[in-house]
Amino acid sequence: MNACPKQIGEYMHEYLDGDISREHETELKAHLQSCDDCRQHMQELNSTIAFVKSAAVVSVPLDFKQNVMVRLPKGKSGIGVQRWLRRHPIFVAAAMFCILMSASLLTGFNDDKEFSVTKQPNLVVEGQTVIVPAGETVTGDIVVKNGDIVVEGAVDGNITVINGQYMASTANVTGQIDEINQAFEWLWYKIKNGGKEILSFLDKNK
Amino acid sequence: MDALINKRIKQVLKGDQNAYSDVVSHYQQKLYQVCYRMLGNKHESEDIAQEAFVRAYINLHTFDLNRKFSTWLYRIATNLCIDRIRKKKPDYYLDAQVAGTDGLDMYSQISSSDRLPEEEVQRMELQERIQYEISQLPDKYRTVIVLKYIEELPLQEISEILDMPLGTVKTRIHRGREALRKQLGNL
Repeated sequence: MNACPKQIGEYMHEYLDGDISREHETELKAHLQSCDDCRQHMQELNSTIAFVKSAAVVSVPLDFKQNVMVRLPKGKSGIGVQRWLRRHPIFVAAAMFCILMSASLLTGFNDDKEFSVTKQPNLVVEGQTVIVPAGETVTGDIVVKNGDIVVEGAVDGNITVINGQYMASTANVTGQIDEINQAFEWLWYKIKNGGKEILSFLDKNK
Repeated sequence: MDALINKRIKQVLKGDQNAYSDVVSHYQQKLYQVCYRMLGNKHESEDIAQEAFVRAYINLHTFDLNRKFSTWLYRIATNLCIDRIRKKKPDYYLDAQVAGTDGLDMYSQISSSDRLPEEEVQRMELQERIQYEISQLPDKYRTVIVLKYIEELPLQEISEILDMPLGTVKTRIHRGREALRKQLGNL
């Protein structure tokens, strides 16, 4: 076999696979006629195949199918829901979006515990209370977070109080007065503001 | 036949679990046979073949109805068999073999590196010997030889089942044949 052309071994397998070309087959046959070793090799391969193919059919146990059916997972409804969700990923995405958005807005509401007020000239701040002194006029909007506002003078604009109280005796406010204390109102305020910003942005662009 | 199987698969997908029993009936013999020749142990092959049907059921929604179901099923089963062979501990089913009804199981448990003494091999009956020689093959050759010569599947289908190029399948079959030939010596 050592002295034989190297491709002869490959041709044998091509032959056994049934995809040998005519030229290769002719070459192989010619070689096998002249070479005892290769002829024996080929014969051994043939009997090897015959040997494996003589394996008897092993019959499947009688209760095989029953056992498979018993092992199948129960609860088709669960599978149904899963499949439905898998086919409609947009609902999962929308739900995730809502959860994340509301979470971020609500944490925003809870985290802002610090007192803050819109900077305006002639506003007086005493502790957590903002005072518009009597006789003074504040021009522009005022936003107070986590504090109260007392208006004794006049305000030419809107007042928004978040987590606080609006107190006035003889107030003179030209704009709107908003008090926001609940999470829901906070959300509504955010949405309104977002809308307003978009509108003003559009207005500017016009 | 494939049309009927596809019809049953669609019924299963709609939630009719009982329709799956026809699918099992149709393929159980072939699948069990492959597992048995791969593993050489009746208990294990029954377990793995059943597991293959269960996995196919669970993942049925991923099956492409335009393809051949048997190819997909064979792939699940051969993968499970190969996993099992690689994980197998030598004493895994020791009790089962002792109580076993035939001698086949005993030989299959001996890891492929320890070949039995030649006179013992010579004394085996033909069927016993066939299973023994198959079990002696390295698992990558064993799979292709079983699919090719026991299941008599076309090379193209074997390449799809094992998800490897046709050329690789051919090479493995060639080497598997040569390995078996050497094992058998002059039969």
